[in-house]
Amino acid sequence: MKHLTAINRKAARMEEVTKDVVALQGPPQQPEPPHIPNGCSLVFSPGWEADRNGGTAGLCQPVERDLFDCHMGCFWPAQVPDQLNHAPDWTAKCAAAQKDWRKIDLVFPDEKK
Amino acid sequence: MSLLGLREFHAFDAAGRRYLYLVPSAAVFALDDCSEAIVERLGEGPRALTDLAHDLASRFDAVEVTDTIAELQRVRVVGEMADKPEGLSPPVPLPKIVPLRPVPLQTLVINVTNQCNLACTYCYEYGEDKIVDTTNGQQPKFMSEETARESVDFALREARDSTHAHITFFGGETLMNFPVLKSAIAYARQRAAEVGKEIDFSLTTNATLLRPDVIEFLANERVGVTISIDGPEDLQDKFRVFNNGAGSYAVAAPKIKALLARHRSRPIGARVTLTKQTMDVARIYRHLFDELGFWEVGFAPVTTAPGRDYAISDGGFDHLLGQFRALAADYLEASLQNRHHGFSNVRETLQEIHQGHAKAYPCGAGIGLMGVSTDGRVALCHRFAGSDEHGLGTVRDGVSWEKQQAFLDTHHVSNKTDCQTCWARPICAGGCYHEANTRYGSTQAPNLHYCEWIRGWTHTCLEIYGELAEKNPAFLAQFDNEPTEKVS
Repeated sequence: MKHLTAINRKAARMEEVTKDVVALQGPPQQPEPPHIPNGCSLVFSPGWEADRNGGTAGLCQPVERDLFDCHMGCFWPAQVPDQLNHAPDWTAKCAAAQKDWRKIDLVFPDEKK
Repeated sequence: MSLLGLREFHAFDAAGRRYLYLVPSAAVFALDDCSEAIVERLGEGPRALTDLAHDLASRFDAVEVTDTIAELQRVRVVGEMADKPEGLSPPVPLPKIVPLRPVPLQTLVINVTNQCNLACTYCYEYGEDKIVDTTNGQQPKFMSEETARESVDFALREARDSTHAHITFFGGETLMNFPVLKSAIAYARQRAAEVGKEIDFSLTTNATLLRPDVIEFLANERVGVTISIDGPEDLQDKFRVFNNGAGSYAVAAPKIKALLARHRSRPIGARVTLTKQTMDVARIYRHLFDELGFWEVGFAPVTTAPGRDYAISDGGFDHLLGQFRALAADYLEASLQNRHHGFSNVRETLQEIHQGHAKAYPCGAGIGLMGVSTDGRVALCHRFAGSDEHGLGTVRDGVSWEKQQAFLDTHHVSNKTDCQTCWARPICAGGCYHEANTRYGSTQAPNLHYCEWIRGWTHTCLEIYGELAEKNPAFLAQFDNEPTEKVS
């Protein structure tokens, strides 16, 4: 710990047994829900200082994630294909946006129609 | 977003730093500027993390605030609250954990006699507040050799898998039954060797019967000695008198000097009973430590029903706290220079703070400590020895685990409603059962008459602990060992 200094023996023991910070931040034994960042311009809150746990571990995601966050997680009309009607598979080859973003399909209007 | 709020702790300052004593864990942490600012801000009321970061933005960046909050949450200084701004959600009650099987006995207090050659007016065994009629009762006045041997066997048996046993001899005036004490020690050494345990001994005495042969024996056998004495002659002779009313100082003092001169194998302590009439802590300490040469001096307010002439009233406790604080400041000064200081009340409290024990019970009575009466009945502690109401069994037939469990169940600190909002409960846990019984008629009652005093004293000792931790941390290493139960 950087901001608190353990002084007595009990404090030292607490420091020892609570080393796994990330595990302790969430409620015990609950699976992680999908990551949706706290706040975007719709809800009037300052934004992106904290992740859903109130910590910072979930921040600093690659910009490519925004594709999905804007596309699925909130209403902001990002410039992405219409997955429901015209391009259901446009992300099929992209399992993890951070890694596979180059495999996202380019979708063009069907000129024949 | 959920709100963050403060959980339970007691803040104190020492050596220019802010510290927190956490409740109920009894951990002590020092804060840095950022954590101090967060705690201060949350002290005004619960806030959302983002608001908190915004409040402190001029001094700390958001990442630092978030990191610090995570640390504060880790050690439970700060917690997430239910989503309502009105106030903290009620604290989750701690689980009440009662031992599921017998705990090894650490200390057996053997009352080798219930007779005394003094007639101290305030005595809990003879005075107005006694709970067992030792004068007209059915108990023998002196413990027989046979019962003493059975007590030793009981102590070694009940020590179970522990490698160590401790026996304290008590009275009455312990030395009035010196022959049995002597033979019991010889027998205990022999039996302990046979069962492969270490054993050691201590006793409490008024010093009037310390003959040269007794002193020789105590020194050779390395028996720890505590002397009950109230200070210089005028204070000692107010209450500690013979049957004819004559003071005991003139008899006791030369014998104490002889004991201190000869007995160097164990530190010898004085145990002072403070009353309304004899409350002069500094003068008593100076006399006993500087003039008589005791290694340590411990003070305890007299145990009494309210309204007794010698009882310390509420205002008296404030006065007493002031005196304790002055002597504690001396202790700190000496300790910063690595000089020995004999004010044992500070040392004992520092040791508890250092270990960070969070007590479910105020003392080891009925768990790791028991008392035996002259007829071999076992009770919670020596102060209840011979009382059927507080009995657990006998040294012959053993103690009843059902009775012990029932006692532990009904005396757990979680049963003491008044204690649940007190930050000092990890250290106090409601206080002495005997005192509660005398004062309120029940061992289950918390000792509400000295709450302010306990909190005031604990706060002072926390400040001393903080000063030492900052300025002379090596000094605290002496408290690394587990404390032993004090008998008084």
